[in-house]
Amino acid sequence: MNVGSGITYLDIAQRRKVRNNIFRVIVIVLSVITISPIILIISKLIIEGIGQINLDFFTQLAPDTFQAMSAKMSGEKIPGGIVNGITGTLFLVLLASLMAIPVGIMAGIYLYENGNKRYAGFIRNLTDILQGVPSIVLGIIGYIWIVKNVTNGFSALAGSVALAIMMLPLIVRSTEETMKMVPESIKEAGAALGVPYHRIILKVMIPSSFSGLMTGILLAVSRIIGETAPLLLTTLGSPVINFEIDKPTSAVPLLIWNFYNDPNMIDLIWSSSLFLMGFVLILNLISKRIIAHREKN
Amino acid sequence: MIENNIGIKDPVLSIANLSIAYDEKKFAVKDVNAFIERNAITAIMGPSGCGKSTLLRAINRMHELYPNIITKGEILLNGQSIYEMQTIQLRRKVGMVFQRPNPFPTLSIYDNVIAGYKLNGIRLNKQQRDDIVEKSLLDVTLWDEVKDSLFKKGTFLSGGQQQRLCIARTLAFNPEVILLDEPTSALDPIATAKVEELLVDLKKKYTIVLVTHNMSQAARISDYSMFMYLGELLEHGKTEAMFTNPKNPKTEEYLTGKFG
Ligand SMILES: Nc1ncnc2c1ncn2[C@@H]1O[C@H](COP(=O)(O)OP(=O)(O)O)[C@@H](O)[C@H]1O
Ligand SMILES: [Mg+2]
Repeated sequence: MNVGSGITYLDIAQRRKVRNNIFRVIVIVLSVITISPIILIISKLIIEGIGQINLDFFTQLAPDTFQAMSAKMSGEKIPGGIVNGITGTLFLVLLASLMAIPVGIMAGIYLYENGNKRYAGFIRNLTDILQGVPSIVLGIIGYIWIVKNVTNGFSALAGSVALAIMMLPLIVRSTEETMKMVPESIKEAGAALGVPYHRIILKVMIPSSFSGLMTGILLAVSRIIGETAPLLLTTLGSPVINFEIDKPTSAVPLLIWNFYNDPNMIDLIWSSSLFLMGFVLILNLISKRIIAHREKN
Repeated sequence: MIENNIGIKDPVLSIANLSIAYDEKKFAVKDVNAFIERNAITAIMGPSGCGKSTLLRAINRMHELYPNIITKGEILLNGQSIYEMQTIQLRRKVGMVFQRPNPFPTLSIYDNVIAGYKLNGIRLNKQQRDDIVEKSLLDVTLWDEVKDSLFKKGTFLSGGQQQRLCIARTLAFNPEVILLDEPTSALDPIATAKVEELLVDLKKKYTIVLVTHNMSQAARISDYSMFMYLGELLEHGKTEAMFTNPKNPKTEEYLTGKFG
């Protein structure tokens, strides 16, 4: 049998072209499917929410349902803002970071140093499991440990403990990974100058991996900043600005939840969500900048 | 007492029965005995993998960073066992320069020079710091090239400049011995020539131990040579004598380029 007689070169080229085109169409369709939700979400948030964002939004307390209702009935914009939520979120993030960053970095350094010991493998597995624990479960933990036993009531501390536990695995792993990227030769340079081991870690390794540590922390913060479930069980929410660790505290996602449950305040959902989204976006951009900067050097 | 029959008058270092293994079965350095003459350049030569770096790194106890490494034998610095000294004291007296330049990436040129003080938490006043930086950079002939950019990061320098910066960092501690592990293998010929010139100049004040797998480099600048092969020190003597009249047939084969 002669293969060449049945199929011409043109046939093959033609088929290849068709196949290429089908493939291209599939890729385009799939990528449109992938990006359309994010575009729809962002455009919806901007269209519905931008009207409420003004100075008051950042400086006034959240309105109560009566204020919102009377404004609605007279056809005005809902008064007030979400300053108690913004300050609450910042306060919770600060507290959670104070707990999670030192512990996470130290644990990460431990894993880096003892990477191949069995105990380290155990810790590493635990960290992975921790990362998979649903956030509502951490809320329950915060409730049982702190609300019930430490602050005897809903409190910023309880919420930030739950958030800190969420941050931990991210910081531990990013610390270990960035430490691994510091060349061995830099450590040896320190050792050759007689620098004791703990000082090499402190003065050489941590500064050399600073941008990596920063990126890990920012990603951890953007991971927790929108969390609602654990806060519902721990910080509860508050109509006023609170900076005391043993008192209930508001947070932007908690406010969104409240607005959602109150038909008079639906409009505020969009602006608050837009704010939260913008915040996370900025954190992500900053960490991208840090990474790009590091790669350039 | 170790046999000393190659005319070394004033040994800074005496190495006796030194064996080093990365794992129990395979010794990378086997029963090495040697002397290092003061204010001279001693070259350690041999084919790749013969144990040159392993031997060199034993001299300032670098191997202690890695707990699995086994070291046997004795090394004396001015008659005192290095294992009885505190590591910081030993490493101040015995500095080390690596194959690839490794300035601290987060530190400026200035801080790189005084890194030994900074990282060890040894306090100096501004005058002392300035003096040490200027003197060390002058010693490695880098001062004129960097004096206007002392506060830029050391990693912005060229490879040859970085290597001289690393030598300056070692000199800043005012050591007695400087260990260099193939310091020019990552450098271009011009930068190599500069470093070689520098080493010849430095031996007036310091004792230099230089690992090289470049025979002509050893011939050009060293006073004493050691030839290693498969972890053993096969020959040890005055460089001139070794290059003109090698005693061990393996040395001769190596020097005439039969392997390497
Ligand atoms: N970190 C290490 N772990 C295990 N073996 C090593 C290590 N470093 C070197 N070796 C082995 O020890 C021997 C000597 O190595 P080295 O001293 O680096 O040789 P050289 O510097 O002469 O090229 C080689 O066989 C090498 O494979
Ligand atoms: Mg080597």
